[in-house]
Amino acid sequence: MSGTTEPSPSPRDVGFAINRRQMLISGAGAASLAALLAACGSDSKTASTTASTTAPSTAPSTGDTTATSSAGSTVDTAAASSVAPSGDVVTFGSNYSDDKPKQAMQAGIDATGLNVKVNTTDHNSFQDNITNYLAQPDDVLTWFAGYRMRFFADKGLIGDISDVWSKFSDYGDSFKTASTGNDGKQYFVPYYYYPWAVHYRKSVFAEKGYTVPTNKQELLDLAAKMKADGLIPFAYANDGKWPVQGTFDILNMRINGYQYHVDLLAGKESWTDAKTKAVFETWAALLPFHQENPNGRTWQEAATSLEKKEAGMYYLGTFVATNSTDQAYLDDLDFFNFPALDDAIGADALDAPIDGFLMAAKPKNEEGAKALLAGLGTADSINAFLAIEGASVAANGKADTSGYTKIQAKSAELVSKAKNIAQFLDRDTSPDFVSNVIGDAFANFVADPTQVDSILSSIEEQKSQYLS
Amino acid sequence: MSTDVTQAAPPTRRRRRRYSQLSRRDKGWLICMVGVPTAIHIVFVWLPAIGTIILSFTKWDGIKLGTWNNIGFRNYWAIFTVFDAKFFPAVFNNLILLVFLGACSLVGVLLAYLLDKGVRGSRIYQSIYYFPVVLSLAVVGFIWKSVMFSQSQGLLNLGRDKPIDFVGNSEKLFSFHLPGLDTPLGLTKNFAALLIAMAWRHIGYVMVLYLAGLKSVDPSLREASSIDGCNEWQTFRRVVFPVMKPINVVVLVITVIEALRAFDIIVALKEPVGTTVLGVLVKKNLTGEGGGQVGLGSAYGVILLLLCLGFIIWYLINNYRETEQ
Repeated sequence: MSGTTEPSPSPRDVGFAINRRQMLISGAGAASLAALLAACGSDSKTASTTASTTAPSTAPSTGDTTATSSAGSTVDTAAASSVAPSGDVVTFGSNYSDDKPKQAMQAGIDATGLNVKVNTTDHNSFQDNITNYLAQPDDVLTWFAGYRMRFFADKGLIGDISDVWSKFSDYGDSFKTASTGNDGKQYFVPYYYYPWAVHYRKSVFAEKGYTVPTNKQELLDLAAKMKADGLIPFAYANDGKWPVQGTFDILNMRINGYQYHVDLLAGKESWTDAKTKAVFETWAALLPFHQENPNGRTWQEAATSLEKKEAGMYYLGTFVATNSTDQAYLDDLDFFNFPALDDAIGADALDAPIDGFLMAAKPKNEEGAKALLAGLGTADSINAFLAIEGASVAANGKADTSGYTKIQAKSAELVSKAKNIAQFLDRDTSPDFVSNVIGDAFANFVADPTQVDSILSSIEEQKSQYLS
Repeated sequence: MSTDVTQAAPPTRRRRRRYSQLSRRDKGWLICMVGVPTAIHIVFVWLPAIGTIILSFTKWDGIKLGTWNNIGFRNYWAIFTVFDAKFFPAVFNNLILLVFLGACSLVGVLLAYLLDKGVRGSRIYQSIYYFPVVLSLAVVGFIWKSVMFSQSQGLLNLGRDKPIDFVGNSEKLFSFHLPGLDTPLGLTKNFAALLIAMAWRHIGYVMVLYLAGLKSVDPSLREASSIDGCNEWQTFRRVVFPVMKPINVVVLVITVIEALRAFDIIVALKEPVGTTVLGVLVKKNLTGEGGGQVGLGSAYGVILLLLCLGFIIWYLINNYRETEQ
């Protein structure tokens, strides 16, 4: 991560809770990979150079290339897929450095059938060094949607891929918006995402007779009832200073709407404005229903209190149960969309960070780069990816959803209904601004909400140094 | 006899003879041995330092070389006005660290002295005190955060109905206002908790250094002082402590360096509000995904450099003065 105020987790870092079935399947997958590797045996060296004689678009050889590449060094992973695919080589800068995501990415690329050379960098360093990297990037690179993408687009550091987008038909409008730069052109190909929602245990709701709230009053009533029942209504944590940013995001989008939210984060609206203050007033009113002392608690600890039935709800990304292995709990877990607070605004915007791809401003092989991006935008590619890393939800509307868990399926439904998708605060504005200003300011706010005026004016004062 | 020797010495140290001792090859080697380290030092220490100083007068997002704009002292102005609520508490935290680690060093010296007296089981004590030193401060941070401080499972919170928020609570234990400064300065509760974790390591570190030094003190000195009727304190203060001067200097330098560079443990705890020190401010503005504020980060770096230089210059002056005497 960028070290500073920690960035919110990337979909790939956290993903969804993997249930046992999937673990078994992936375990079996790993075993068969091992078998393949063993089959390569002593001549695995030749395999890495000659495996390419088979067309990589067929299933077995996909497995084969994955196997050889995962055995290879970090850099020259795609050596195996170097002959059969058409066209000149396209370079691909990847931050999928962990084993499983790396294999998944390789499978996703192989599904395009193109001649791709993958350069993998550790994902923390990739993110930390992105500005240096963009001075001499690969043709296509991994990144995420949001302000940071638009910022690079404004600086001319990434390439316009509107013509690639003109051929896409599988993506919803919200994904197109999320891929569009400030100049109205597209710069990003979305791959997968996870949404933020209010998580709860069905058994607790059934036992106590709670119902899912659909408006502000119902939400407040439910919280009050939980408190009376001795539950903490909302589990809460802020270690790393990113988790409570989610609360601000959703409250701002529910109270002032998506457009105001985006404008505020882009520096076009004021933090001392009455509309912004209204968000903090609601937040302050809700804070007594949240777990105390969030600043010194990790989200994992807060998630544990939901699991232990100490807390009734937890507003977090759907990665909330990643750390749990208790199948009964995973089955019991459900979520609902954060209810509307203002009927005029509704509840059709939410945070759902998207990971995807960019093209370099001046790729060495532009035609190949665009072909690769178009290929990565197909359902086949993301299907191949999710078959190995089955933890997120495909952005592509035609992707195969038959293997989805309940939570994955529900996430897909939730996001497909959303009119606007925000990327989470630290992806929707300058990361410097978040790490140096917002992180501390929000932490101060949840510690002492009465200081709201001085906190907001200090944000506004420091904003000019970061957003201009 | 002895006077003869000292008088005879100067003629042998005539200049001509010293030069003749160095062949051309020797000189080549010397130039290599002095030149290479000097070159490395200049390239890796002074050029970056000078670069940092130059960059601190610019506004640059770190993306493209050459796109920096000279903005004069604007970064420094911003630090002292816009970011005063970050900067002064950070400097104050560094100051607290300096004082606190100084105190820890004294405790370490005391422990070393006691262990040197041959307390029974001193080896065990030694190992226990020294154990944390093998861990990096970042690891110390992780350990204390999850094992000791955690609200749900921390040892210090076991059996409490209302767990104490050691890591997140930035209320101030004490605070005071400096004239002309809006933000009150003070010691936040979570920084105090962090100090305990640092003490755990620092005391052991100093103890081992000092113990090693004490072992090398000539026992006859102590015998002499006790024959002369010194009590324990006088022996330490008048005899052992002065003899230990090289170690004392090392301990002092280490304490100051640790106080100024403290950074890893705070980052390991994910920089809770109220625990910021200068090093964290430098890093936050310079690196990371945005990188974006190279000028500002450099300006923080220059301020840190000046603080270090202040100490180094004071130390060198003192040192030279004493050697001259």
